Amino acid sequence: MIKIEDYREVAPRGAVDLILRLAERVRGRRLLHVSATRYGGGAAELPQRTVPLLSDLGVEAEWEVVGGDADFFAASKALYAALQGEDRVITEEMLRHYLEMNRLSAQKLRLEGDLVVVHDPQPGSLIEHRRAGGKWVWRCHIDLGSPQRRIWNFFRGFVARYDAAIFSLPGFAPRLPIPQYIMYPSIDPLADRNRELSRSEVRGILDRLGVPQDKPILLQVGQFDRHRDPVGTINSYRIVKRHHDVRLVLAGSGPGDGPDGHEATAEVRDAATRDRDIVVLELPPEAQLQINALQRAATIVVQKSVRDRFGLEVAEAMWKGKPVVGGATGGIAVQIISDVTGYAVDSVEGAGFRLRQLLTNPELIARMGGAAREHVRRNFLITRHLSDYLALLTHLTAA
Amino acid sequence: MSEARAPFVFVGCHELRENLGWRAHDARELLDGLEQVPVGAVFHHVYGYFLRHRFYAGPYANDFASWAAVQLRDRVLGERLAVLDPFEFADLALLREELMSIIDDHLTHLPVVPRLVYGEPFYFVQSHIVEIATDQRARTLAEFRQHLGEIDASTVYYHMVEARVRLGRRSGDFAEWLRASLGRPDLAEQVERIDLYFLSLERVRARILGLLDVALDDEAATPR
Repeated sequence: MIKIEDYREVAPRGAVDLILRLAERVRGRRLLHVSATRYGGGAAELPQRTVPLLSDLGVEAEWEVVGGDADFFAASKALYAALQGEDRVITEEMLRHYLEMNRLSAQKLRLEGDLVVVHDPQPGSLIEHRRAGGKWVWRCHIDLGSPQRRIWNFFRGFVARYDAAIFSLPGFAPRLPIPQYIMYPSIDPLADRNRELSRSEVRGILDRLGVPQDKPILLQVGQFDRHRDPVGTINSYRIVKRHHDVRLVLAGSGPGDGPDGHEATAEVRDAATRDRDIVVLELPPEAQLQINALQRAATIVVQKSVRDRFGLEVAEAMWKGKPVVGGATGGIAVQIISDVTGYAVDSVEGAGFRLRQLLTNPELIARMGGAAREHVRRNFLITRHLSDYLALLTHLTAA
Repeated sequence: MSEARAPFVFVGCHELRENLGWRAHDARELLDGLEQVPVGAVFHHVYGYFLRHRFYAGPYANDFASWAAVQLRDRVLGERLAVLDPFEFADLALLREELMSIIDDHLTHLPVVPRLVYGEPFYFVQSHIVEIATDQRARTLAEFRQHLGEIDASTVYYHMVEARVRLGRRSGDFAEWLRASLGRPDLAEQVERIDLYFLSLERVRARILGLLDVALDDEAATPR
């Protein structure tokens, strides 16, 4: 099992010592995470990675998962989408069922702690069943900047009963009568997705994926839908291709949950059949090492999203020393420091221009890649996230 | 080598950011927000920058100036806000007044107040600094130098920025200890003179380490 001491090699100088000292102040306190699933997305990944580390630090950290039937997951999925502004039909019956399933979960689970962190909308109504003692915080991993009004009116009543909320960006937060903290998501540098790989491991994985390494690789990682704009990335690649002999790799797990996922997937597949230098990889979610190897093999990473929840593919690539050309939106705009670690762009043409600029000036690629890794080391590693939670535990449970 | 009367205790910190729910879409709303928000938000947007960024994450080292220049595309306002050196102010209330005065004066000269077109609004955030006392203690210049080279950058921030601005220790903790406990006013003065506004925390650390190395070399060369 990975221990906090293992992070000394990768965290900023002195950071692990500070974490150890901060943890001493909250040793023995109980921190409970509650989410809807054990796998997939930030709501599951955060407790999965941090609970063992917090336990190692002496915090009584635990993780509970709410249960439910197929109707519960259908209702909560619709709620999740509507809160992000997408049109969904949500009936009164669906909402009643959602509440009833969470009531049953509350009876089964030990929802007690000095700090109880409830992740995302699915288990959000558990606050109704809060027992005495401890602080309850709602951790929202999605963009609530423009939710469907009727559904937000229903859900806001629950959120307002928490002691605080946590959002990934200020722009993702709606008006609320409770304190709102801002915490960026993070990557784990020791996980399969980000750990060091030797050149021969990278080469072997790319060979197995059928990706030739005979020319510079431009890579975009992410599902295929309009928000992530893989079609825009192909058009940027075409601008570049007139001047540089490169290969574009689009690696995703098929149609995304954003709009027009199937149309975008079809367009991407079609483009690949017309151009042998476009490689489309549809990988399963567990293909962590494969993504790692692709990011390490890439010359430049592209993330030309037009709307972003806080895709960590940017920080992952930066950690591997790659400059990123990304859409100036959501969390991408926070991860990229333009002109220093890559470029934030607003159009297909902008991405094409910056990619050409980098390919023509390879010394820029090395310099920006180095700066990118340092920016991630300080701001987007799990060690910073651990400090966030320990500081929150200290701050909220001080008295 | 002389010993200090009291050891220097290195204290690190972690910043918890709280979104205040205020946002500005033009300079007038920025002015209104500045007037209304807790003074902790002024601290966050002007000084907190050094803790969050190793590199300049915008054209200027304060959030108000960068937002005006990049998002609002009012470069004149950006420049006017950027030139203000926050380390010249005795307290945050005075700094807030100066920022407001600059924006107010700028607005009086604008025939039309430009609104955001494509840019992001300005979100007012305040920080809660959680102090973390470390194990590192120094009694001599050599120990001080050794620990300063090993500590987290937030420790440099805490003693050089937080101590001066929010805790009212105007010289900063490093200079104060060098002067009062170690009896090295010469070195204290050199540390005080470091221009924080244009340096990252790592550069500040490097500058102090450089000063300490010279002082330690001098001590070693001086016959007892």
